[in-house]
Amino acid sequence: MTSHAAVEPPPAFQFEDAAQQSNAATLGMWAFLASEVLFFGSLVVSLMICRLRWPQAFAEGAKELKWWLGAINTAVLLGSSYAMALAVEAAEKQIAKRVIRNLLITASLGIIFLAIKGTEYGLEYHDHLIPAINYSAVAPDGAERLPQVQLFMIFYFLLTLLHAFHMLIGLTGIGIIAIRARRPGYVERSKNMIDGLGLYWHFVDIVWVFLFPMLYLLRHP
Amino acid sequence: MSRSLLVIFATLLCLLALTVAAAFVDFDRYLPGHNWGLRIALSIAIAKALLIALYFMHLKRDSRVTVAFAVAGVLWLAIFTVLTVADYATRNHPPELNFKGEPRYLQASTR
Repeated sequence: MTSHAAVEPPPAFQFEDAAQQSNAATLGMWAFLASEVLFFGSLVVSLMICRLRWPQAFAEGAKELKWWLGAINTAVLLGSSYAMALAVEAAEKQIAKRVIRNLLITASLGIIFLAIKGTEYGLEYHDHLIPAINYSAVAPDGAERLPQVQLFMIFYFLLTLLHAFHMLIGLTGIGIIAIRARRPGYVERSKNMIDGLGLYWHFVDIVWVFLFPMLYLLRHP
Repeated sequence: MSRSLLVIFATLLCLLALTVAAAFVDFDRYLPGHNWGLRIALSIAIAKALLIALYFMHLKRDSRVTVAFAVAGVLWLAIFTVLTVADYATRNHPPELNFKGEPRYLQASTR
């Protein structure tokens, strides 16, 4: 293995050239992401159908969430996606230092996202909004909650926890690649892997782009 | 290239501000029809997702097969959604009740 930046490594034996190998890697990642679209999509559709069925309760539930924390989190995640796009670009130009720096920014913003999310869960515990753990039919301001607010909160926790789990997987991947990228020649050999990791991270961002308005922003029945 | 990525990032933040601002307007009060809040929020989310997919995920310069794979996932979701919603919209609820559990005679008169 050479550490010289300009040398392209040879493709794996089953590929004609590096371009075909890169296409195959991208295609494989998209096939996986298409299955993820159905996984998250079916849950969001269920949420929407229940919202149409109980508009009053679901709007009430959305109002009990902290929309500003959700908005800050969306901005943080968009920022981490931008940093990831820069890392992928740096990997294409084979500048290892810039790859590592941008991966670390991506990961830090991802961790900030999870920290804010955790704070939100804490506030929801305080407000008695967590079904089966700490839920009360009476809101902190003394008003009676509609019974389906609990159903809304179940959707909220299911979707945000699944999303957070996906982020943990992504953060693990980013961490592994950021550490390995310090080895000479690693970035040159692993362009496709960094690109696939980027696709996954952007997909997790897209999921949040849908979850944020569907959970926090539909405040009018 | 870095420059265009920055432009996309800035556009995404503007769309985020727009969708948050739109959430505080009760559109159903001013516009005819139902669920304008949902329609507007969904449209902005789709615009953001398209920007991320086309530029951050560089779908714009990927091969057509890759684009077909990406579209396939969304298309399947659309098919399942249409079938599910069609079922909920036309299913025979208790004959005297509509989808929301309201008496049917209310349907024509309310809204």
